[in-house]
Formats: sequence, structure tokens, C-alpha cells
Amino acid sequence: MKEMIRTDKLVFEYIRRDEEGNVEGITRAVDEVDMSVSPGQFIAILGHNGSGKSTLAKHFNALLYPTEGEVYVDGMRTEDGEHLWDVRQEAGMIFQNPDNQIIGQIVEEDVGFGPENMGVPTDEIWERVDESLKAVRMDKFRKSSPNHLSGGQKQRVSIAGVIAMHPKCIIMDEPTAMLDPTGRREVIRAARALNQVENITVILITHYMEEVVDADRVFVMDKGKVVMEGTPREVFSQVEKLKELKLGVPQVTLLAHELRKSGVPLPNPILTRKELVDALVGIRNSRKK
Amino acid sequence: MSIVLSHVNHIYDEDTAMAHPALIDVNIDIQDGEFIGLIGHTGSGKSTLIQHMNGLIEPTSGHIFFDGKDIGEQGFNKKTLRANVGLVFQYPEHQLFESDCFKDVCFGPRNLGLPQKEVELRAFEALSQVGFDPNYFYQSPFDLSGGQKRRVAIAGVLAMKPRVLILDEPTAGLDPKGREDILGLISSLHKEMKITVILVSHSMEDVADYVDRIIVMNKGRVAFDAPPKEVFSHYKELEEIGLAAPQVTYCMQDLATAGFDVDTSVTTLQEAKEEILKALSKC
Amino acid sequence: MLRDITLGQYYRADSVIHRLDPRVKIVATFVFIISLFLVKNFIGYLVAGLFLCLCIKLSTVPPKFIFRGMKAIFFLLLITMVFNLFLTPGEALLSFWKIKITKEGIKLALMMGVRLVFLITGSSLMTLTTTPNNLTDGLEDLLKPLKKIRVPVHEISMMMSIALRFIPILMEETDKIMKAQMARCADFESGSLINRARSLVPILVPLFISAFRRANDLAMAMEARCYRGGEGRTKMKPLIYKKEDAIAYLVLVIYLALIIVLGRILFS
Repeated sequence: MKEMIRTDKLVFEYIRRDEEGNVEGITRAVDEVDMSVSPGQFIAILGHNGSGKSTLAKHFNALLYPTEGEVYVDGMRTEDGEHLWDVRQEAGMIFQNPDNQIIGQIVEEDVGFGPENMGVPTDEIWERVDESLKAVRMDKFRKSSPNHLSGGQKQRVSIAGVIAMHPKCIIMDEPTAMLDPTGRREVIRAARALNQVENITVILITHYMEEVVDADRVFVMDKGKVVMEGTPREVFSQVEKLKELKLGVPQVTLLAHELRKSGVPLPNPILTRKELVDALVGIRNSRKK
Repeated sequence: MSIVLSHVNHIYDEDTAMAHPALIDVNIDIQDGEFIGLIGHTGSGKSTLIQHMNGLIEPTSGHIFFDGKDIGEQGFNKKTLRANVGLVFQYPEHQLFESDCFKDVCFGPRNLGLPQKEVELRAFEALSQVGFDPNYFYQSPFDLSGGQKRRVAIAGVLAMKPRVLILDEPTAGLDPKGREDILGLISSLHKEMKITVILVSHSMEDVADYVDRIIVMNKGRVAFDAPPKEVFSHYKELEEIGLAAPQVTYCMQDLATAGFDVDTSVTTLQEAKEEILKALSKC
Repeated sequence: MLRDITLGQYYRADSVIHRLDPRVKIVATFVFIISLFLVKNFIGYLVAGLFLCLCIKLSTVPPKFIFRGMKAIFFLLLITMVFNLFLTPGEALLSFWKIKITKEGIKLALMMGVRLVFLITGSSLMTLTTTPNNLTDGLEDLLKPLKKIRVPVHEISMMMSIALRFIPILMEETDKIMKAQMARCADFESGSLINRARSLVPILVPLFISAFRRANDLAMAMEARCYRGGEGRTKMKPLIYKKEDAIAYLVLVIYLALIIVLGRILFS
């Protein structure tokens, strides 16, 4: 089976210049990253600001090209100009700021923007817009102006705009960073539905740990490198290392970790409240015997 | 020093078809040295509320008293009020404009008409208070990281020597490390400078560890105004208005339901840990 | 609230005029304006006036909305009329000192006044019944022939619609920036003109930086959604002429014929 996305020793460097334009130095934003994503997976990339995760993501959509190494999207090398538009159609992208990625003045017109660019016939654009807005449950707002929507709703419109291009993969670059908790939940729910119902590969880039608990695979980035990789369970079991990387661990996992340090024999890791309560009940019952 | 809001109402676009109330009969009493968390989700009226406190917005009805004086009265000096009640807005990008950080921090005190020497002294002091690296004093504020920009923005307000510091979602858009740093900084400003702090946030977990009083806003009304423990004990009502108590509060509730003898009013991780250890030792 | 500001003063309704193709409305407005300059006599103005009234009636837009636009040009109107009134040579009716009012002057002033009022009313009617979006679409289509002489028609219309989307956002942002600076005791209201101009710097700098950042983000988002200019692009809402549009064009031709016959030939 072809991989959805594969990177091969991907390096991205940019040249820093001072105010006069003289070269000050070279920064390696992405450093020899090997990554492979299978179709249908829900992938999370974690890392704090400046860890290179957004730079990496922009390679998946051919917005940036590697300095060294290669990126393949659905078997197509992103640097081959002939595939450019296929790559961008297959790997859709959602950005952080909800205001700065909506082009249309009416919700439905914005959703139609992608298909229009692809040269989709008019009748089909309407079909695509209908189904995409339904998929993110924004069909009620189709005639609204984006300016009257909440942050979470705007991000859902952006997601619909990408779905209308019939992508195989959606890359979401910190889609929740500027939203309040309600908006964050809406967006994550929409992302998960896409993955489960439409079977679209999702790559979620975030610094909120709670959002990645249900991912199939988690990559943790620091200083341009992938420093941890595995299932959420594998990653969250290394609380000390995550703390060292200055990533916020969910409170329950942290509480379990603290209790474990004080000698309570809890399994590692604990990801949900239910797991913690069940484990503590188990301990109590065994002591009573 | 005190800020008292008495029956404050604010209606946007009054006398038009689009009129909608943003604040409804708000009564709040803020005393010297308090550390308050102001919580509510987007559109709850919390932003409108804080802008009333430094006179940027005037109430449609009701009164606001600063140090016992009605700020709505003719001749009340708004400049002095704004210097005393410092307000830091959510995005530092909205206020940074000078070519270097130091000059930018000078903007506030200079507007107060202070002599140049005093202005620079205050700017220097404020930048040190927020722990800003002196190597960056003369760098452009636009090249800084999100967390550093926020420090400069906070310094820009601190340089006016306010007695009350209001921060509107100072951690929005920051990563966990940046969040922790800024919250730590605010907490130390409160302790060391004995300044009254009002921290606006939509995250309970952010404020639970620091503040000694929480005001919850919902649809323009004050829903709760009490110490954290008491507010979080209403976790079910909080959920109804789209807010949530910290995760540990829920853990303790679950444990109590499962028959553990734990105090369900704990709000911080440390307290929760001690409670669970105590409960386990009784088994 | 600032986000509710609509540009170009669109009045929401569902009338025959609202439903017409934007191209018809643009052409009609253009023809109407030209017709005003063709008219030479009273009958011609009467025909133009009746035509305008008919359109207003059909549009269901309350007249007060239409005449609201008139306030802005009131001074222009006044000046034009006064100039014409006093500076037209001819048979003097009234004269005192060096100023004289002539018969021709009164006639010309009245004509200019009516012409200007009709002109403004006609074009307001177009903007009141067409969304800015439709207007750009219509313009883009009508200006298509200019592509042959390398006028970037598609790009211009894309720029216009992006501007329309971002103006309310930037207005709101300006408000936030002003408040952030006022919280630092900035004063925008007092002082000399130079001081006041200088006090705008703390607003303009953050606003420009933000606008550039937004432009950058938007360009990237458009590229990510396969935007590559007007070539090979299809339309979600293509402009298609309907029966009503054909009728409207016919009415327009009849109107123009009437104006030429009645306003120029018959009574001249």
C-alpha cells in the first residue's frame, strides 16, 4: 500500500539576514526528519513554538520545498513541478488564524473557492459545497458572512473548504491555537469525524496534549528533530521527558505520575479519569483482601 | 484603593434594532491586593467588563467608583484612572509600534507627561520587573517570540505604575511553556509588587493554581463570585454555561462516587495528590 | 457593531431589480448616465425622471435610503448650481454690482442640478440593489474584452472582493488598537493638528503590520487551495442571462430611443 506521506531525511534551512540584508547565519528549522503516514491514519505532531512542526507541515502541501531530502505525497515527489496542483488538491491545509484563510464573503462561496480553482463544473461545485458544509455541520450558516461566525465555526468553514476539494489528507496547522475551549472541541470533533466517517488521513499539529489522546500515532518534535514517536500511550508514559520538553501533560496523567512517584502502584500511563479511578479502585480492593 | 461596580449595565447599539445587552446589573467590589480570575467564554461580557474598569467604555446605566470617586462624573481625570488601572490587551501586536522595545515601553509614562529621565527610569524598571533580557532592550519588538512580546506589552503598562493590573487572556496562543512562564510572572508581580491583579481567561486550569477569588461571567451577568474551591464545587452549573472545572476536581468527584473518602473541593494537583494518598492509607 | 458595516450600502430585498443580472444593472446605469447628457430639453428630462421613478418603484427600496446619498453631494450640487447661475453669459434678468443673473444661467443651473440629482440617484439605485460581490463579478465579466490588451481584469476583481472581505476586519482591529493605546494614556483628541497627526503613528504601525501579516497568511491559504489566477477557473455562481434580463435590455433600448427621439430631435 502506498504511503500517504513520506519524508526522507528532510532538511529545511533558511538564511537569516540582518536589516541590511547581510547573511547572519543559517537556521536549520527541520533536521533530518523521516516520517511515514499511512492512508486513513490520525496523526498528531506535538512540539512547542519554534520546534519546526509548522515548517514541516508546509512541506506536505508543497508550500515549502526541502533543502535536502525528499517529501512524497501519495507517491508524488513534491518538488516535481508537474504534480504541484495534484499534491495541493490531495493534501489540504488548515491554518491557525481563522480570519486569514477565508476568502469568500459568504460561507458557501468560500467553500466553493477550492473547487473553482480546480476547474470543477458549476453543478458539481454546488454538490461539493452542500456535502462539505453538511460534513462539518455548518449547512445552517451557508448564507452567512464569515465575519459573524465564532472562531470555531470559522475553522469548520475552512475545513469544509478543504473537504470540497476532495483531498485524501488534511493537514491542520495549530487549528485550535486561537480558539476558546468550546471552539477547540468543535474543531477536534470535526477533524475526528472526517477521519472516521470519510476516512481522510488527518495530520493534526498542536501543542494541546488533550487533543492527541485519541490519535493513532504521535510525533514529538524539538529543535527540528523528531524526538519521540509512538502511540499516545507510549508517548505519555514518559512524563519526565515530556516535562523536559516543556509540553503540558494532561492533568490526570500528571496526577497519576505524581502518585506513582509516591509509591502508588499505578499502571503507566493513565490517560483518562476513568482509567485512574478504575486503577485506584483496583488497588483498594487488593489491599482489603 | 478599590474599584466598585454598582448596578452596571451596558447595552451595545442602544436605541437601534440591533441593541443587545453586554452587561446586566453587574455588582463587583475589588479590594487592594486581591488576585482575581475573571472567567467566561467568548461573548460572556468579560472583555466589556474590564474596559469599564479603566473608563474605555462607559456604562449605559449604573456607577463605577475608583477609590470612592465616581469615574462617570464630569471632570474625573481619565488619564490618571488609566495609569492607575493598567489594562493589557490580549494581543501584544495591537500595541507594539516603536522601533525598539525600550522606546515602546516609554510610550505610557511619556503620555503621563513625566520628565524624560523619569520616563526612562520607569521603562527600565518595568522591563526588569517582567524579566526581559537586557540584551534585547534595543531590538525591534516585532522580531520577538510570542512570549517575549507579551512581556514587553505588560512592561508597557507596568511603566505607568498602575495599582491594578488587568490582563486580558495573557496566555492566548502561547505554547505550554510560554503559558507557564507568563502565569508565573504575573503571580510574582502580584506577590512582590503587592499589586492588585485581575486575570481574564477562559481556562479554569490556568487560574486555579494562582488566584484567590474567581468571578464567572455568563451572558453579561456575574454567575459566581467566590474563592476557587467554592466556585468549582458548582462544577455542574459551570458545565451548563460551557465552562469546566479543572480536571482534578472531576477526578475527586469520580473517586468520591467510587467510595473513596476524599475532599471533593480540591483544585490543584498537589492537593489532589495528598488527598488520594491520605484516602489510600486509610484502606 | 463594526462588523455589521456593509460597504456600498446594499439594501436587502427581493425585487425584480434586485434579481436582475449585475451586468444588466451596470450597463443600464451607464446608459442612463449617457442619456442624461444627450437630453437637450424639458421633455427629455421628464422621460428620464419617469424612467428613474419606475425603477425605484420596482426596486422596493424606500426613497429615503436613496436620498440619503444626496446629503453627501449637497455642497457639490450647490456650488455647481451657483456657478452656472452667475457665470453664464446671456440676457440679464437681474443684476446688481458686477453680478448678473441671466435667463440662460437659470436654465443651465436647473439643468445641471437635475442632471446631477438623477445621476446620483441612478447610481445609488445600482449599489443599493446589487451586493458588492455581484458588482465585482459583473464588472469582471463586462471588462473581459480588456484582457486582450493585457488589463489584469480577473486580478483586479479578486483584489476588490478580498478588500471587501477584509475592510470590516481591519476596522474592528483599528478599534482594538486604539483602545490598547488609550489604555496607555494615548490621547487622540487634543493638541495641535501636527500633534494629532503624530498621535496616529501608534495606531497605524500596528495596523499596517497586521495587514501585511494577514495578506501573507491569505496568500498562502489561497495557494494551498490551488489558486493559480483566472486561467482554467470555473465559477460557482456563473452569470447567466435570464428572460427578465433580456426584457430589461429591451426596455433599456426603448428608453434610449425615446430619449433620442423626444429629447433631441422632436422638440429641438
